[in-house]
This record gives sequence, structure tokens and C-alpha cells, in this order.
Amino acid sequence: MAKGIADRVAIIGMGCTKFGENWDKSAEDMLLEATYEALNDAGITPDDVDAYWLGTLSSGNSGLTFSVPMKSEYKPVTRVENYCATGSEAFRNACYAVASGAYDVVVAVGVEKLKDSGYSGLVVGGADTDGTEPNMTAPAAFSFLAPAYFKKYGLDPKQGKEVLARIAWKNHRNGSLNPKAQFQTEVSMEQIINSPMIAAPLGVFDCSGVSDGSAVAVIVRAEDAKKYRPDPIYVKALSVVAGYGHGRFHQDYDFTTIRENVAAATDAYKQAGITNPRKEISMAEVHDCFTPTELVIYEDLGFSERGEGWKDVMNGVFDIGGELPVNPDGGLKSFGHPIGASGLRMLYELWLQFHGKAGKRQIDNPKLGLTHNLGGFPWQAVCAVTIVGKELG
Amino acid sequence: MAGIVSFGAYIPFHRLERKKIAEAFGEPGGKGEKAVANHDEDSLSMAVAAAQDALTGWPANRLAAVYFATTTAPYVEKQSSTTIAAALDCQAQIRTADFTDSLRAGTTALLAGLETVQAQGAPVLVTAADCRLGGAQGSFEKELGDAAAAFILGDQDVIAELVASYSVAADFLDQWRSQGDRTIRSWEDRFVLSEGFFPQVKAAVSGLLSQAGCRPQDLAKVVLYAPNARAHATAAKAMGLAPEQVQDPLFDRVGNAGAASVPLMLAAALEEAQPGDRILVVSQGQGSDALLFQVTDAIRKLPARRGVKGHLASKKQIAHYTTYLKWKNMLPLEAGRRPQRQRPSVPAMWRNHEQNLAFVGSRCTACGTPQYPKQRVCVHCKAKDQMEDYPFSDKKARIATYTVDYLTVSPDPPTVFVVVDFEGGGRIICEMTDTDPAQLDIGMEVEMTFRRLYEAEGIHNYAWKARMKR
Repeated sequence: MAKGIADRVAIIGMGCTKFGENWDKSAEDMLLEATYEALNDAGITPDDVDAYWLGTLSSGNSGLTFSVPMKSEYKPVTRVENYCATGSEAFRNACYAVASGAYDVVVAVGVEKLKDSGYSGLVVGGADTDGTEPNMTAPAAFSFLAPAYFKKYGLDPKQGKEVLARIAWKNHRNGSLNPKAQFQTEVSMEQIINSPMIAAPLGVFDCSGVSDGSAVAVIVRAEDAKKYRPDPIYVKALSVVAGYGHGRFHQDYDFTTIRENVAAATDAYKQAGITNPRKEISMAEVHDCFTPTELVIYEDLGFSERGEGWKDVMNGVFDIGGELPVNPDGGLKSFGHPIGASGLRMLYELWLQFHGKAGKRQIDNPKLGLTHNLGGFPWQAVCAVTIVGKELG
Repeated sequence: MAGIVSFGAYIPFHRLERKKIAEAFGEPGGKGEKAVANHDEDSLSMAVAAAQDALTGWPANRLAAVYFATTTAPYVEKQSSTTIAAALDCQAQIRTADFTDSLRAGTTALLAGLETVQAQGAPVLVTAADCRLGGAQGSFEKELGDAAAAFILGDQDVIAELVASYSVAADFLDQWRSQGDRTIRSWEDRFVLSEGFFPQVKAAVSGLLSQAGCRPQDLAKVVLYAPNARAHATAAKAMGLAPEQVQDPLFDRVGNAGAASVPLMLAAALEEAQPGDRILVVSQGQGSDALLFQVTDAIRKLPARRGVKGHLASKKQIAHYTTYLKWKNMLPLEAGRRPQRQRPSVPAMWRNHEQNLAFVGSRCTACGTPQYPKQRVCVHCKAKDQMEDYPFSDKKARIATYTVDYLTVSPDPPTVFVVVDFEGGGRIICEMTDTDPAQLDIGMEVEMTFRRLYEAEGIHNYAWKARMKR
């Protein structure tokens, strides 16, 4: 009988580079920087590490992408990928590795170097196809959520635009308090609403930017954690769900939700024993690749009632200082979205928050944190939900 | 007796006023408008549209042959009529042929089709389409228009019988293009008309009328090719025709549609024809084909179709001449910061050709759920390999949600993408073309249309898109 993962593994150190247009840094530079920051934070050396999991979408194949710059001495290094949920996937695999007892100390590394491509917006390669897949960009794919949500819940285009802008405004405001974020300036509602169109109704400020960065976590079994530090963070739930494209084929899917979010959250809450997420989760880092994505995420994760998410947005429920801060570090929107790193960067903010090291973003006495990491498309996604907490039990 | 059983037409949605062309070059004047194919259309896609119009209420799997006439085939070497046959979901046991290189290819194909009907005793589809290009600021640019027409030929339920035909050939360089020429070359007008067009048409017409024992006054309508309005009027006058006998050449509303010109006019003539009418059809291009049709009673029973009339009525003006230049790929535009299209995998195209070209998905026989693209495991009940083919092209369709993508690579951004739900079940996520982004709404009814997605490394990739209802 499977035992689940709750309270079986712990994070003992984390590192994270500044995210942004890191012209002077290669993927190798960034993964070394973040890895050594994490090892130092855990008080260990590379010799102490038994295995590595490397998450990257397109910045290198094979574990060699890590082992060669790191010069790790014939250690296990596995490269994983699950679209934009890659970072969480690396973390999840590392957790199971120590939980299994096969290894004692494992490091999960996420890295992405997107700015070397020279392209505007994200470009994802893939297998050879018949070439008839619609060539829409990521903003266009997620932009499908907006007209559907507005129409279903009675928002006219102007109101809808305002709700989306309020989400972007929150995340930029949070990012302005974060020295590692890509964008550290507040942006006004007016600027957001009037920004040039990318995929109508989404403008420039409704879309997360293209960035470089790396984030890393060191993981051990829960019973070993206190050998390294008095204040480890315990994993309460690890959930990953791969959808089957139901929404692509079936008219039942109405583009006001992402079903994989719901499935992953349901599983994670069950693992962690959470019945009222709005009350029990202290803070969340969610996948705001685009503003309407964050909007439906609130409802999908049970932070808001169906159809009420937009009201909670306008009432500041998810602001720092609100009932349930979401994306206190600025989110993908303002921290940036180097794909392989994002899932781990989300944990990094929770790590800082739990240790009272979030500076001006500090949330009062957080107990449970949730990360939500989403890859793919609204109709066909992979979703990873991770829940961590300060205490065992 | 072999003859026409059904007909159809296609005129692209967009028109360019000639005065817009003149304005762009600081010139005065410019009368009427020309039909302009969108950047995702070509002669092949237009031929499919015209064939669909002709196939209104008619099963494509009865066709024994598909012929395609054009001077602007997408490939220099690779048959287009096979693509058209695939798009119409014709059976595999079928004869196909492309008729190319001459402006009278349309009538040549009709004659060959009628002879095939006689030889095989089975119906034949003949389509003609052209999207010819003139150099910027020239007279061809003003005169030419894009269009297509299609005819089902057979020996049963014939609406217009072929009574007689007469052809002359002349190895005459009036207009031509060589390998690598994008725009038309020609010799001077005076020579082309006085030594080519007028005498060749005269020879074919007089030959036919004499052979058929028919006089000009016996003709209800004369469908006559001409390079432009003036030559047309002169030739009609020389034949001694009264104005009501002359089929409108559509120069002012479509333009000279090349090999599709005469077929388009014939379709228009048939739309108004009465039983007993004699229709003379005359093409020209390195010679002339003359065909004489007699309309039968059966024309009264032909179901309505969009035809020339419906397509003429449904249109949108192109706002800027520069848009026309972009669609015709005549401007070296600055490349966007997005990757260029990669060539598609031909094996994948081949495996999926019925799905992609004929727009056929699958329906689960266990639970009845239609799905597109074809699936092996049902999205609803998860049954494996219990699927039957399910055509989507004839299903009513509505928008479930939409977006306007300003970032993706396109010859003419932005690109509209939609999620389309079909009556009876199933949905597709696809591009929407020929549309006004300002009018998009959830629930809006759309039509599905066969288009060329792009060309990459010489491979033309066709599939279906949504469009606003015409």
C-alpha cells in the first residue's frame, strides 16, 4: 500500500538567481550560481550530494547539461521536462528519490536560458508533425479564457480588462519589493489597460515576460532534516496531473477553468489533509503566465467560489496584506518565467517567507504554503501542486 | 447526351477598388473593383470551394474523374487535382488530371470531361481557378481578378447538353510566363488583339455556328473570353450580338479571372438560364474553344446554391493597396522576431491526409462522441479503437471562444484563432480567416473553409479554417 509523501521529506536549503535578461550569464553560469547558493544555505558541499534532478525545457538535453559545468563526479543526474511545470517536476522527482531511501541528499535544479534565442515571446520546439496545428502563441492560447470567463460571469469587455489589469498590478507591485525580480517597478492600472495588444484582449502587461534564471532546492528525508538546520520546511503534498485534452475535443469544456488545476489541487489537498484551502493556506505562488490564467486558478484551487474570483481580485483578497496573498514575490508576471526554474522559484519565495527573510513582502507567521505550476494549454495541461509547511503533523 | 449536371462558383471575399491602386501611385481614375484571394488562398483552394458549391446536394463519391484547369497551379511538378479530389473526399479509384498553361484550359478541361463522361458513362468534376499576378502599377494588375468555377458533367439529369464544339489552335505568344516568372509577360496590345484574340475567336465561333447550323440570333447567351472590357465589347459587336445576349464578363466586379473567366461566366449564365436556351461558350489562349450548350427542363429542378450571384453579393473592401501587395507576397517585409515556418513532415501529412484535407474526424461507436482530429482512444468513454470515420465539413458550427494573436508569424497579422463547436458534437481549435475581429462573439455561427495554411520549403500545406458566414 503506497504511503504518500506527506511529512516524509524536507527542504534544507535553497538558492535562486536574479531572473531577467541575464545577457552576461549562460545557463551553466546560472545553474552553478543557484546550486552553490543552495548548497551553502544547507551547509553542505557537492561531495555530500547523492543525486541531482535537472529541470529544463529547452536549455540543454540530458543530465550532462548540469554535470559538465558542475564537474559532479560521476553522480546520477537526470534531466526532466514537463512544459512550464518542469521546475516542480524536478523537485517532485528529487523528493521521491530520498523518500524511497535510495539516496539521502538530493538536489533539484531548475534552469532556463530563453534570451539567447532572439525571439519575441516564447518559442517551444517539438517533434515533427503534419504542420496543421494552429500556430498560435502562448498568449493567444490562454487568451481564450478571457472572453469565455467575461461572458459567463456577466463582465463587459471593459470590466473584464480591469479585473485582469488588477491582477497584473498586484504582481508588479509585489515585484517592486523583490530585489531578484525581473521587473521591479510598479505599473499603473491605466498603463496596463492601455498597453499594446499581444493577443486580444491581453496586452503586454497581461503577459509574463521572457526571462533567464535558475532556482535550486536541497532535499533530505524529514527525519534527517534537523541534522542540517533547526528550521527545515516539510513537504505536505506533491501532485502532478497530465490532462488528456478533453477540452480540445469536447464541448463540455467552456474555457472558464483549467481542469488539470482542479485535479491536481484536489489530490494535493487530500494528501495534505486540507479541507478549506482559502482559510488553511497562508500564501500561494501560482502560475500567472497570463492574467486570465491567475483568475481561473483562484477558482480552480478553491481560493474563490466559481464565478466570484473576479470580485475577490477587486477586493484585494490576494494582495500582500489580504486574506490569502497570491504571488507575493511578483509571480511569473514580474519575477519572470525562465521555464525550468519557475516551479523551484515559487518554493524559494515560500522558503524566504517561512524564514522571515522576505523583507518588505513578509507575510505574518505563515503556516502552509502552496505552489501551483502549470504547463501546456488551457485545454490540455500538466499541473503540479506542491504544499509545504513549517511543522511536522 | 453528355452535358452539365450541376455548377458552382467561388469568388473570394475581398475586393480591391481600382481607384485604390491608382491612388497608391498618385494616378487618377480607376473604375470598379477586382476580387482578391486572401493570403491563405490559391487556385487549388478556390477550386475546392467552387467544387463544394457545385456539389450542393450531390455525393462526391460518385465522381469518376476530377479535372482541374488553371495557369497558376501551386506546384510546377505535383498534381493539384489529386488534392482537390482528397479535399472533396472522392473515392480512390478515380481519374485525375490538371489542365494548365493556357487561358483556354477551362474549356479544354470541359471538353475532355464531357468526352470522359461519354467514354465512361460516369460523372466527372471539372474545376477551373486562377489567381494570376500582374506587375505593380501595370495594366494586368488592374485587370486581373481571382475566382473559380466548377461543373459536374454527366449523362443523366443533364441541365445543359453539349450540342457542338469547335476548336482551333494557334501557337501564338499573346501572354506568357516562363519558369520563375511570377508576373505575366505580353506582347503589345495592338498585335495581340488584331493578330491573336479577334481572329482566333472569330475562327472558332464561325466554325462552330456553321457546324451546328446555328445563327447568332439563335443564341440566348454568349459567354466570351476577352483580355479586357474594351476587347470584349469589340468582339461581341463584331458577332452582331444584342446587349441582352452578351453574358456579363464581370470585369468591373471580379476582373479577368484567367482560365476561370469563361467557366465563371458560364456558371453565371446557367443561374439565369431557361429551358431551351442555347448558350455559346468561347475561350481564347493559343487558339480558341467554342462550345454550344442547350439548356434542358432539368435546370428547374436544380437546388439553389451560392453561385456567382451569392459570391458577388458577399464582399469586403481591402482598405489599403499595401495589404494587396502583402497578400500577393510582392513586398520584401521586415521579418518578425519569430521563427519561420518549418516544413511539415510528409509521412505525417500522408497518414493524416483524409483528416486534414477532407476534414474527417472519428466518432466513437461505443458512446457516439464525435472528435477531431481522429482519435484511437475516445475522449469521452475511453474505449480504444472503436471509431468510425465522421465528416465535419457539412456540420453547422459556432464559436465557443476566440482570440486575436498579434504576435504569431503571418503574412498579414493579426491572426484570429477560434474554438469552433459543431452541431452534433465535436470541436476544433483553428484559425479563422476572412473575418472582422471586431465582430467576433461567442455563439457566432461560422463556416468551415479549405485553405492553404502556408508554404515551407516548397511544400504547400492545406487544411481547414473557420470563416464568417457569407
